[in-house]
Amino acid sequence: MTAPPARSPLHAPAPHDSAVGHVTGAAIYTDDLCPPGTLHAAIVRSPAPTGRIRSIDTRRARQSPGVCAVLTADDIPGDPCIGPVVHDEPVLARDRVWFTGQSVAMVLAETREQARQAATLVRVELDDPGPAPILDVDGAIAADSFHTDPHRIQRGDVDRALASLPAAGGVVVSGEVRTGGQDHFYLETHCALALPEEGGTIRVISSTQHPTEVQRMAARVLGVGQHRIICEVPRMGGGFGGKESQATAPACLAALGAAHTGRPVKVWLSRHEDMASTGGRHPFLGRYRAGFDSRGRFVAFDVELFSDGGWTADLSGPVMDRALFHLDNAYFIEHARFVGRVCRTNKASSTAFRGFGGPQGIAVCEDAIRRGARALGLRPEDVRRASYYDGEATPPRDRTPYGQQVPHPRIIAMHDRLVRTSDLAARRQQIAAFNAAHRWLRRGIGLQPLKFGISFTHAILNQAGAFVVVYSDGTVQLNHGGTEMGQGLHTKMVAVCADVLGVLPGQVRIMRTSTDKVPNTSPTAASSGSDLNGQAVREAALRIRERMATVAADRLGCDRSELTWQDGMVRGPDGQSMRFADLAHACWLERVSLSATGYYATPGIAYDAAAGQGTPFFYFAYGVAVVEVEVHALTGETRLRRVDILHDVGDSLNPAIDLGQVHGGFIQGVGWLTTEEVLHDERGAARNTGPSTYKIPAIGDVPLDFRVELLDNATQPGVIGGSKAVGEPPFMLAIGVIDALEDAISSFGPGPVALSLPATPEAVLRAIHRAARRPEGRDPQGR
Amino acid sequence: MPRDLVLTTTVNGEPVRKLIPANRSLLDFLREDLGLTGSKHGCDVGDCGACTVHLDGQPRLSCITLAAEAMDREVRTIEGVADGTLLHPVQEALHRHVGAQCGYCTPGIVMTLTALIDDAGDTPIDDDMLREALGANICRCTGYTKILAAAHDALRSGDSQSGKAAGEIG
Repeated sequence: MTAPPARSPLHAPAPHDSAVGHVTGAAIYTDDLCPPGTLHAAIVRSPAPTGRIRSIDTRRARQSPGVCAVLTADDIPGDPCIGPVVHDEPVLARDRVWFTGQSVAMVLAETREQARQAATLVRVELDDPGPAPILDVDGAIAADSFHTDPHRIQRGDVDRALASLPAAGGVVVSGEVRTGGQDHFYLETHCALALPEEGGTIRVISSTQHPTEVQRMAARVLGVGQHRIICEVPRMGGGFGGKESQATAPACLAALGAAHTGRPVKVWLSRHEDMASTGGRHPFLGRYRAGFDSRGRFVAFDVELFSDGGWTADLSGPVMDRALFHLDNAYFIEHARFVGRVCRTNKASSTAFRGFGGPQGIAVCEDAIRRGARALGLRPEDVRRASYYDGEATPPRDRTPYGQQVPHPRIIAMHDRLVRTSDLAARRQQIAAFNAAHRWLRRGIGLQPLKFGISFTHAILNQAGAFVVVYSDGTVQLNHGGTEMGQGLHTKMVAVCADVLGVLPGQVRIMRTSTDKVPNTSPTAASSGSDLNGQAVREAALRIRERMATVAADRLGCDRSELTWQDGMVRGPDGQSMRFADLAHACWLERVSLSATGYYATPGIAYDAAAGQGTPFFYFAYGVAVVEVEVHALTGETRLRRVDILHDVGDSLNPAIDLGQVHGGFIQGVGWLTTEEVLHDERGAARNTGPSTYKIPAIGDVPLDFRVELLDNATQPGVIGGSKAVGEPPFMLAIGVIDALEDAISSFGPGPVALSLPATPEAVLRAIHRAARRPEGRDPQGR
Repeated sequence: MPRDLVLTTTVNGEPVRKLIPANRSLLDFLREDLGLTGSKHGCDVGDCGACTVHLDGQPRLSCITLAAEAMDREVRTIEGVADGTLLHPVQEALHRHVGAQCGYCTPGIVMTLTALIDDAGDTPIDDDMLREALGANICRCTGYTKILAAAHDALRSGDSQSGKAAGEIG
């Protein structure tokens, strides 16, 4: 990091804005609010994956104790469908059901228990189930069931390149990769509270990453103008993408209930309901042919991707786009043909999840790298090192298959540095010695580079607003369009605002995100929260400072340009100064406006999906990980022994927060790849809907030795404070665990290394047996 | 319908007497009847630790504990850990290390660690004991690294200051 100004709150490792509230239990989440008279909702859900609704009998439920109303699709006054891209999601089922767990009716009662009790009394009769339910990608391909047309990105001549490589000493490998789903498992499940206010206004307090979407959709569902809905977000107990589009339905149901009854209505999903009825990460199928030249360079890649979108389109199109944009990971691949299509299935709708398709695309790319390296007799990291984007090569290897330039990729220097600082070469020797001496325990080491595109690939979303208010005592209220889900966005925004106004962070109070303060916002997603909102906050604060500067210059007898703003003081060039608070009061006396909005739109972003060409990203974030694992050949259990990460967050706005994002993102990726297995039954119903059967990483799963370093001297031009986005990228570094596991597995024998994902102990055990060329069920040594 | 009972208990040092349904969970009693919303619904099946409170000084998962079990016993919740504005060393360390991101699991983690420290008395707590205890809590945000660092730090500061005593008030 470049040396920041001595006392600027920017770049300081300040604690989280809500930290004291977090550790004392005083931090308020949506479910902690329950005004007197609140009705509680229970959702009646479809018992089957397909079928026509013959009847919904609510009579007995209506007579159940405490019940105030039972609502069905017939009670929706406005548009019955919502959806972030396509309006294909009925808030309550009409005519047909599309998956087991779909919302069919809503019971409102005085207590949660009464509502749930009554919900069990609603009878949903289905007939005409139609064709058999489609429950996975293979079923969807066979039934020609898709949400989208194929999206193609092409460059060069893949077929010719692949045909000519073997004769020139290169290799061509092919493979099929299946990546699994993942439940977000935010600790706070979906929750919304709708409060009827005067004038037909409804205030929806929602655990959502996208308050504007809640406002917009609730207005449509109720058939009113957006000006009659306010959406407010106190904070979320985790989001990870799961509350980008899928918080909207519970919020609309709460608003519907409040409009119908005139009372506050809370919709809260239990953990089981949340896991059974809302979607997670898209499972992907990738089929590829990959070509490498004799020097180990990745030169041709022909890939077909299919994702399991579930029952609605949701954000599946953009997720597929991002998967395609990341099939190159950090490598210049001259000949590329990437095609992706979203499958429609009878399951809960897959949605945004940290990485947004990037992890799936990169997992396919890295599988090809490992397979190619084995065919060439090289180490995967040598193939990677030879294949990176490199603008200084002749001719330059700096254009992605979709045509965006990759200027000055930091990845090569980062790779070399981490290889050195992690002591990779020496540890390889130690591991070889360990493996030679151990029969059941084996170790492996792997390396994972990362390039991740930053921006919403849907260009319109790259805008943000802020509203800053200075009061006459010099205290400040800060509103911006982003939401706080634990990522520390509010803390960073307070630092940006305090830095511009030259006040102490304690003088700035961050307000709940609310659509009546900052309108028409984008979701807090795509790692962009701080990039977009930070610029808007800065602009708003600068506007106020400019106005205040005129008054200050007059009082201090100097030129406006000579003023400095720091530590709650405004100073002139010759030691004269005044308190920011006194200046604010003076501005009020002189009738100078002390509030301002700020707005930002990312420049230069455009992508032509039909052509598969454009500049979808403002810049790229980089990272490298070296991962060492140990596997147990009798149980398939794995252990992360040591992880080294070097990550590029530009000039970190807050190193403490950014390190936490790297730790947490990496471990969440480890969960996706090793312990978290989403299972469904023959009705497409989720089978593991709680932490006892769905295993997210616990403290025993973290590396015994975890070393994370943020790249220094990494200023990113054009981004707030020279920083870079950090939310999603570290997740994908966890793919290095697979690299390391395959390295360990290959030590058991000369057989094929074929590790299925997630690499649960069962999967690791199967892979060990295959590598050892032993039938399953016998130990790898054949005893 | 379940029968009602009169629960007499002590919560954060205050005597409480309430008529409640006999099947009320301790978590719902705390959150809904007493308005102590610091303890969280995480999974409602006793697996995530977000609802952890102390019952007679021992950590208990309040979502799978009947409120009736607290009859004539002492309950301590996250709201009773700090001494006024003085944070317990565990809270202070989690704050300083940025050991909370979304914060939803944090109250449970504070209760697990404070119970461990109170229970250990003069027995030193090592890394294995910390990891063992924290195995009762899941966190989706942090990757546990800073939580563990904060826990070690809290132990050190608890040894050297009177901070540990501060946690016993409340």
